[in-house]
Amino acid sequence: MKAVLGELLQGRPVFVNIGVRAFGDTLRQAGFEVVQVDWAPPAGGDPRLAALLDELL
Amino acid sequence: MIRKTVVRRNRYLDSVFLMQVARRMSERPGIEDASALLGTDANKAVLAGLGFEVLDAGPNDLVVALAGEAAAVDAVATDLEVWLAPGVPGAAPDPRSLEEALRTRDADLAVISVPGAHAAREARAALHAGLHVFLFSSNVSLEDEVSLKLEARDRGLIVMGPDCGTAYLAGAGLGFTNAIRRGPIGLVGSTGTGMQEFACLVHLAGSGISNGIGTGGRDLSDAVAGISTLAGIDALEADPATRVIAVLSKPPGAAATRKLAERLERCAKPVVQCLLGGEDTLDDAVIRALREVGVEAPAFLLPRTDPPFLGLRPEQRHVRGLFAGGTLCYQAQAIFRQAGLTVHSNAPLHGMETLEDPDRSLGNTFLDMGAEYFVEGRPHPMIDGTQRRRRLEKELRDPSVGVLLLDFILGTLSSPDPVGEVLDLLPGGLCVAASVCGTEGDTQGLESQVRALKEAGVRVFPTAAQAARFCRDVALTLQEGL
Repeated sequence: MKAVLGELLQGRPVFVNIGVRAFGDTLRQAGFEVVQVDWAPPAGGDPRLAALLDELL
Repeated sequence: MIRKTVVRRNRYLDSVFLMQVARRMSERPGIEDASALLGTDANKAVLAGLGFEVLDAGPNDLVVALAGEAAAVDAVATDLEVWLAPGVPGAAPDPRSLEEALRTRDADLAVISVPGAHAAREARAALHAGLHVFLFSSNVSLEDEVSLKLEARDRGLIVMGPDCGTAYLAGAGLGFTNAIRRGPIGLVGSTGTGMQEFACLVHLAGSGISNGIGTGGRDLSDAVAGISTLAGIDALEADPATRVIAVLSKPPGAAATRKLAERLERCAKPVVQCLLGGEDTLDDAVIRALREVGVEAPAFLLPRTDPPFLGLRPEQRHVRGLFAGGTLCYQAQAIFRQAGLTVHSNAPLHGMETLEDPDRSLGNTFLDMGAEYFVEGRPHPMIDGTQRRRRLEKELRDPSVGVLLLDFILGTLSSPDPVGEVLDLLPGGLCVAASVCGTEGDTQGLESQVRALKEAGVRVFPTAAQAARFCRDVALTLQEGL
């Protein structure tokens, strides 16, 4: 992990893609390493319930 | 012909993937029409317009609506899971969370484009894991934006977004980007389409972009106070590939402007600022940035005089601008404002009129079709021009319209043929002006897109500012004629 943005700009970043798959596909086609997350809305799609669960866990 | 809808409860797939699935379904013999959408109210209204009633679907449910020959419709409905399976057939399943993903591979940056209500949660998790964030999602609260950016700053990270459309990092294009060469000009921008046009014009002038750091449209508001803009400037100042830094922004807050000015004063590298909404245009900023790296501005960037458009009927008095993104809509308004012309807009610049109902144009109207009102639960108009096409049809039914102003944005993720999406609608007897943002390396083909427009009688300009200036001149002539 290159925590500093400056280092990231000069290196070869690795990406995690959460959401629109096409974003990851484009990066992969350009030769970058991408880990795709198969995302689904947490807590049945209720963001308030998800936040509550985050606090509890 | 039969119609069939299938609802999958609590099934999330992203809107771009769903659009691609629907396109593939539509291409199947016997299928006349196919839609795959989440069951938001807006999407249900679209489906109702197509003759599908899906009252029992909610925003977390997936709706597939099919029309066509019975055998073909039934075949698609039966194999629905195959159609909806993302990823490569037979490949190991993707991790279900960021945490799981990071167990398989260390990473530097999270690209997040989940629905806005869930975006802050994912961004926070990414920051906690030590990742920079590119946050494409819109509909994130200002409060969440500020807290995420402060947390990022404390951790030495950056949050690009929310609502961040474009970034170029170490040769990687994130979001909507174009095929541009790398070069000595670094970009920090709160405007996605602004960064795209700037980068394309720099490329077409023979130079290039070192890195482009997006910040999200609200970063230079006083509430956010430019946290990501300042982080971006720090990074580009230290970046050996960057010789000049260009800062592009929508109209900034007063306090944020002061803070930015203080930082730029002590910047060790030359800085070009373009604060859209004032007198600056992207063209001017590109010319200044090129000069800083010793490149003479090419002729296509210099102001030009175009022959006037003649032949409008007396009732054709109004200009309608349908923009794929907010920045070029802002810039066009600023150009009209300087000439004393009033414009209605769903994203009005200071001194312009707010369009109360975004679905109904009034007088001169400039629409940001990428605004949240138009994109909630649907692909961005740059990806899928259906909404803009519908709006264009509506404008063309209005006899008071004399001038149309359009922008076409090429590049990754953009529609494979943005011009083709509306070309058959463009009529004679109307003044149509357009700009095309792209490079020769973009898959849509800059030259062929421009040629198609010209053959349809459209006045085509290499920059959005030039197209807006041309429309301004036509509008002034129309005003004089009253």
